[in-house]
Amino acid sequence: MPTGFEYAPAPESPAVVDIASSYGLFIGGDFVDPSDGASFKTLNPATGEALSDVSEGSAADVDAAVRAARRAYDRVWGPMSGAERGKYLFRIARILQERAREFAVLETLDNGKPIKESRDVDIPLAAAHFFYHAGWADKLEYAGLGNAGKPAPLGVIGQVIPWNFPLLMLSWKIAPALAAGNTVVLKPAETTPLTALLFAQVCQQADLPPGVVNIVTGAGETGHALSSHPDIDKIAFTGSTDVGKQIARSVAGTRKRLTLELGGKGANIVYDDAALDQAVEGIVSGIYFNQGHVCCAGSRLLVQESIADDVIARLKRRLGTLRVGDPMDKNTDVGAINSAEQLARITALVEAGEAEGATRWSPPCDLPDRGYWFAPTVFTNVSQAHRVAQEEIFGPVLSVLTFRTPAEAVAKANNTPYGLSAGIWSDKGSRVLWTADRLRAGVVWANSFNKFDPTSPFGGYKESGYGREGGRHGLEAYVAAGSED
Amino acid sequence: MSASTTSAPRAGSYVDASSNADLRGWLHGLPPVDQVGLEARAAALGTRSIKTTSKAWAIDTAISMIDLTTLEGADTPGKVRNLCAKARVPDRSDSSTPRVAAVCVYNDMVGVAREALGDSGIHIAAVTTAFPSGRASLAVKLADTQDAVSAGADEIDMVIDRGAFLSGDYRTVFDQIVAVKKICASNPDRPDAHLKVILETGELATYDNVRRASHLAMLAGADFIKTSTGKISPAATLPVVLLMLEAVRDWRDATGTMIGVKPAGGIRTTKDAIKHLVTVNETAGPDWLSPQWFRFGASSLLTDLLMQRHKLSTGAYAGSDYISED
Repeated sequence: MPTGFEYAPAPESPAVVDIASSYGLFIGGDFVDPSDGASFKTLNPATGEALSDVSEGSAADVDAAVRAARRAYDRVWGPMSGAERGKYLFRIARILQERAREFAVLETLDNGKPIKESRDVDIPLAAAHFFYHAGWADKLEYAGLGNAGKPAPLGVIGQVIPWNFPLLMLSWKIAPALAAGNTVVLKPAETTPLTALLFAQVCQQADLPPGVVNIVTGAGETGHALSSHPDIDKIAFTGSTDVGKQIARSVAGTRKRLTLELGGKGANIVYDDAALDQAVEGIVSGIYFNQGHVCCAGSRLLVQESIADDVIARLKRRLGTLRVGDPMDKNTDVGAINSAEQLARITALVEAGEAEGATRWSPPCDLPDRGYWFAPTVFTNVSQAHRVAQEEIFGPVLSVLTFRTPAEAVAKANNTPYGLSAGIWSDKGSRVLWTADRLRAGVVWANSFNKFDPTSPFGGYKESGYGREGGRHGLEAYVAAGSED
Repeated sequence: MSASTTSAPRAGSYVDASSNADLRGWLHGLPPVDQVGLEARAAALGTRSIKTTSKAWAIDTAISMIDLTTLEGADTPGKVRNLCAKARVPDRSDSSTPRVAAVCVYNDMVGVAREALGDSGIHIAAVTTAFPSGRASLAVKLADTQDAVSAGADEIDMVIDRGAFLSGDYRTVFDQIVAVKKICASNPDRPDAHLKVILETGELATYDNVRRASHLAMLAGADFIKTSTGKISPAATLPVVLLMLEAVRDWRDATGTMIGVKPAGGIRTTKDAIKHLVTVNETAGPDWLSPQWFRFGASSLLTDLLMQRHKLSTGAYAGSDYISED
């Protein structure tokens, strides 16, 4: 019997999901072998063990997928009525709910995120995105999107998504594209392709017409083949700012449309009149949710100087209760880093933070001896000049800065090349609104952080990209609207 | 408020309570509470998955924290004696079952309980100060408390004057707690009776009020802060208990003094009790996971805990017919 309250392990069973030893590419409604037979392994980041062999799509495979998408667009999906498309989307949403446990377990195995997050956040939100957009499919004319009230689909959409929320980002991309009448070729991230391949099976189960959704797995080369394919009408990309810039360059001068959802270095502003215990919870969910693998993470804490010591003490005590370890344990709060490469990147930036003179702190925690792990970390004594205050770390690393006045908070929050998200903690409504009006960020959360909803548009300013996803604004990115068409 | 635990000033020197304006300034300067965030945190703590060995530990710990309670107008000496018998031997079929912490009765039943419990070491808690409404003169409240202490109660559960609190008269609430505390310490034959101050959080209406009332009670000398009388709905809720645990944690940080927390009313199942223990563990910390610092005020919770204890040891549910009713 444990002394004190040492929660016994509560592991979720991996038996609910069948992982094939190898996967083909999903093109034209069928799984097909890659043209040159190349494959790569996808790993469980919590153990380092291989889960499956996944096909490496070549330029020829991408071309086949784009042709399948074009055929489906011309013959079936484009001409289909919105009401009919909506039925398919509702069906997919329901199947995602029915198979939620299977998806949650697979997502956690492939990504390393805690099962409680894949189970309670990722999968329910993914289903919600399909439900929400299913409702729009037959109502696009009433969405106020222009084009004399008849928004038309764009055609074939190339979509490239990141590894931090594999199924959720898939649903953010595929649901609005399909609702608006487009067909898609999607490339999931090379480290987290499995839920996309399970989603391909859901498309089959839903009798989605062949070619409407195509999934081509692979790494950067595959993504490049997709974004540079001449018969793509639009590229939608979520990922790093560097890759986003490359894509923007390759698309420049073509007729292709482009939306980019890139990096961030979100400011989380805590005023001295904030509800401190709840603010601490918001700071924790802002940066330690999903191991900090969140583009809109609140990775820069801006706390008013008069309460800084108190807030930091409360935060450190709270971090002592975070449970880091086996992501399949239902009590785990912080799971594994997604890949060895990402772990190396986080480690390098954190070392730079120490070298520049910021103070590094982590709660005592035993990390598993295999797999990729990084303890929740806080940097204090950080200044705007430090790399850890400017560069996106994309890991469980928080930089704490202080401010004295609201104007200084806003100036520091905006002093970043990014502009994706921000948080404001204050008990005073007028101060929240004053601050929100002045922040250059796509999403501003008040007395909360990392809250998502399909009805709410999401996207960035500056180097965080352009275009919006979710809500009516997100639909706009997938239709030919206004006088230009 | 400083988070330092190195210095430990006594409560008296920590805040100036000489006028209502001083008290008001201090209480309204405490960090506010965000309702949405507090309730979300409580809900998240409620989803911890507690299995096997942890559950066995939690059940035994919860049993040892119970203030087994009967507070009915119809209470008789026979009813109280039955309750005391159950407190001494919660489960006749398993002698490894821990005893409860205390029995909690009305003032006039303290003598009966004292006789029935003998030298078992089980505490006797009495509700006083015109429980549950608290609507009586201070003289009556003090006499009520004096009665209970004289009859042998070593724990006093007093109610605050919610009317005074809600009207902003914090000084009256403070003074009454101080006066009752003085009586708790007045009996030369016994060690100081522990003072549990019932805030009746269901009547305080806002979480900000719950935080202020908690700090006010601690400043006035409460040994425990307690949620409810059990006569008002809602009684103990997880967000309120979470908030009070934050209050005692902050209080220790500021003064070095540890104060206990007692949720009372509405906690009937093992599952509920375990959610509370998780909240204690992750909010105030493991130091509070003891009957000295955390209690459950409950009448029927013990039955469910014993049923779950049977289930863990035998693998099967026997049902409530195999647990003594009282």
